[in-house]
Parts: sequence; structure tokens; C-alpha cells
Amino acid sequence: MNDVVNSTAVHAAGVDITDLRKSYGSNEVLKGINLTVKPGEVVCLIGPSGSGKSTLLRCVNLLEQPNQGSIHVGGFEATDPDVDIDRMRRKVGMVFQQFNLFPHLNALRNCSIAQTKVLKRSQAEADKVSLHNLERVGLGHLADRFPDQLSGGQQQRVAIARALSMNPELMLFDEPTSALDPETVGDVLSVMRNLAKEGMTMLVVTHEMGFAREVADRVVFMDGGVVVEEGVAEQVIGSPAQPRTKEFLRRVLDPTHIEIEE
Amino acid sequence: MAMTARQRARVSLYVQAAIFVVAIAALVLATDWKTMATNVFNFGKIGPMFPDIFLVGLKNTLIYTFLGFVVGLSGGLLLALMKLSSFPLYRWIATGYIEFFRGIPALLVFIAFGYGVPLAFGVQWNVTIIVMISLGIVASAYIAETLRAGLQAVPKGQLEAARSLGMPQWRAMVTIVIPQAFKIVLPPLTNEVILLTKDSSLIYVLGLTASQYELTKFGRDGISSLGAGLTPLLVAGAFYLVVTIPLSLLARKFESRSARTKR
Repeated sequence: MNDVVNSTAVHAAGVDITDLRKSYGSNEVLKGINLTVKPGEVVCLIGPSGSGKSTLLRCVNLLEQPNQGSIHVGGFEATDPDVDIDRMRRKVGMVFQQFNLFPHLNALRNCSIAQTKVLKRSQAEADKVSLHNLERVGLGHLADRFPDQLSGGQQQRVAIARALSMNPELMLFDEPTSALDPETVGDVLSVMRNLAKEGMTMLVVTHEMGFAREVADRVVFMDGGVVVEEGVAEQVIGSPAQPRTKEFLRRVLDPTHIEIEE
Repeated sequence: MAMTARQRARVSLYVQAAIFVVAIAALVLATDWKTMATNVFNFGKIGPMFPDIFLVGLKNTLIYTFLGFVVGLSGGLLLALMKLSSFPLYRWIATGYIEFFRGIPALLVFIAFGYGVPLAFGVQWNVTIIVMISLGIVASAYIAETLRAGLQAVPKGQLEAARSLGMPQWRAMVTIVIPQAFKIVLPPLTNEVILLTKDSSLIYVLGLTASQYELTKFGRDGISSLGAGLTPLLVAGAFYLVVTIPLSLLARKFESRSARTKR
């Protein structure tokens, strides 16, 4: 039991995405994506809204069904029609933009419910793991609060603790700070930073360029359903090679800048 | 003489009140109070209804309603899930069932199960079973629509979060979605119970023995045996209110509670 509590991402899974395509009707949102995340690596997906980065992330744990291509996650081939999707998802933690905490359960139960129902841990063991992870995100003292009694930043940290309580080998973050009040963004980012330091494999869709630059091993810039540019964070954000990347970063880093075309 | 808007509103209010008082007075004057005293408000003669209307009638009404509700809730949940299924055949079956049983009078269902089914299959069912099935079948059609709306009111992210934690679809529904949906539908569900309480009176079309009488049958029986005119029905009606008004208050309480907190 102590193994479960004390292990922090000892097993890390990688992701391998090959020629991934996804359409909604006639609208193709992913136009052949190739992307690799090595075990223990932190990759940030950046790009304008509608570029397909959230869809790509959601394809990795099959919240969206790809039309074509292959995705390998850990030992699973997600795109295999016979894949045990529930078994695969236990290995993959997901953090949503809107938190999606279960409003009828307190923070502790939010973290323990899937442990008892899916991993068949005893309630006592699950509670111990949950409390450990709530402490990890700095919320051990609020374990008995319900989601509507927590701030957005606190809710998102509970959501991270909930995902961690399943001992995932990979964490997916879908714009985890986009719905937060500015003053609570920092707490969530620092939890994610610690997680990265502990060696967790992370795939993060984000608009936080400072975070991407500091924490990501690699940054992938997407636009119009394709990967436009990828590389180490310093290079992609610091000195992008592609004009589209430059344009995007200029808009994001200096939102008040208005260019008047002559 | 010009009036301000406020004065006009006040005059209008006085006129409405006057019309109301005149209408009541006209009703009172037009009523044949002597006949009413012997045929509607003849409470002196209803003594024999007690205590059986309470011990048998009310008890049976509550039992029939409860059984019908249990069947209706289980069937309604099944139908609601079928209606939301990705498998078209389930959706068609559920839609057909709901439209059919919401579209015909409940009385016909009682007759079908009280007389039609025994004829068709040569079986003789106990009255309690017939009421349970008939009420349950009608109730499930209504409850299904209520539950479907409740299930759809739970944000999609809840199911996604549960599935992302490795819960199979059924587990995510049972543990995460359905408990939240039930909280949402508690007020309309309570109203379903009120409708069901009244629909249990339709049992009168079946042949009942005295121990199977519920409130309405008790009232109808009293009309022919007590010589107090319609008074027994008035008493039966009062007993329905004893059940339905608290339920109505309960529904309102659920409503205000869910408005106060999402939990």
C-alpha cells in the first residue's frame, strides 16, 4: 500500500501518434498529425483556437474517435478496434478546462471514487491515496469540501489530484488554466511544474507561453490541423522559424499590439 | 377628468374585486342549499365510512401508488437510457412505447390488463398485480421523458471525466450521471407521484372485493349505501388532498433546494 502512496510516476508511458486524421462531417480538423512524446517528457501543444490541438489531445484517450492513423499509448494501441479502452484510460490521467469535478462528491470522494470502483482498492486505501494526492496539490486541508465550495484554481488542483490518484503513466492537460481567474492560475501551474520535475509524462494544451518555455521539453505549434513547427521550447517560442508561429506568438505575447495594414 | 397611471391601476383593481364578489354572491344565491345539505354536505350520515376509508381505502391507495411508482421508475429509467442509446432499435422501441402509452387514456390500460390480458392468455391475475402493472406501464412512459431530460441536463463533461478515469459506460452512468440526474428530476418526479396517486382511482373499472377498495371506490360505494348523496365522494376527495398537498409541498422544497445549491 505504501508503494501506491509513495510512488510518484515511477512508470512513465510514452505516446506515439502517426498520420492522425479526424473530421467532423466535411470539416477536417486534424490533417495527418505525427507526434511523439517520450516517457518522462513534457510536451506543450500551442496554437490558435480551432487549430485542432484540443481535438488531438482528446484523441489520445479516445474521447474523440480518430478517422485514420494510429496512436500508441504505453503498451496500448488506442486505434485498435479491440483495445480495452477502460484499461488504457486508467493509465492516462485527463485534466479538463472546465475541471469536471463530480459536484455530488466532496474532494476526497472525487479522488477515491474511481479507485474503489475501477481499481477495486478498499475505501481506506483509496482515501489514503486520495489524501496523499490532495496534499501533493496543496489541498489536504480541504478534503471534505464540495466542488461548489472551492475556487476555480482549487477545483482544478482537486481534478489533478483525482487523476493522479489512479497512478497514471501519462497526464493529458486540456487548457487547464484557461477557465481560471488570473490570480489562481499560478497555483495550478506550480502543481504542474512539480509534476513535471517528478518525471511525469505530460502532454499539455496551453496558452501559457511562460509555462511552456520554462517547463516543456518540447513545444509543438499547430495551426489549421497540422503541426507547423516543433522543437525545444526555447527555440520554438524564443526564435521561431515559421512565419505562422511568429505571427501567433506575437499576438499571444503582446495582445494589445494592433497592426494596421496599409 | 384625467387619471394618472397609478389611479387607473387602482380603479382596475377595484373593478376586478367587485366582479369576483358578485360572481361568488351569484353562485351562493343560485345554489339550492337545502338539496346540498342532504346530498353533498351530509356529514351526519358518513359515520359508517370510518375507520375503513382510512384503514383500507387510504392504505390501498398508498400501496397501489407505491407499487405503480416502483415499476414506473424502474421502467422509466430503462426507457430513458434506451432513448439515449446509440443503438437505433432501442431508441425506436422506447419512443414508440412512450408515445403510445402517453397517447392513450390510462383507463384503457387498466381495462386491457384487467380484462384483455386474462382473456388473451387465460391467466387470472390478482388485482394488486394488475394495478401494479397498469399504473407502472403508464407511469414509466411519463417518467421516462422526465428522466431523459434529467440525464441530458447533466453536463457532458461529467461522463467524459468518469470515462477518463477508466470507468466503463455503465459504471459512469450508475456512479456519476444518474445520481446527479435524480437530483435534477426530484421535483418533477414528485409531481409524477401526485398524478399516480390520482390515477390509482382508475382501478374502479375492475371487479374489487371490499378489502381491495381504494379511496375512490370507497366513495362510490358510499354513494349507493349511505343515502347521503355525493357526500362520501367529498370525503374521499379530502383524503386525496391529505396525500397530494404534502407531496406538492415536498416538490416545492426540492425545487428551492436545488435552486440554492447544485449539490
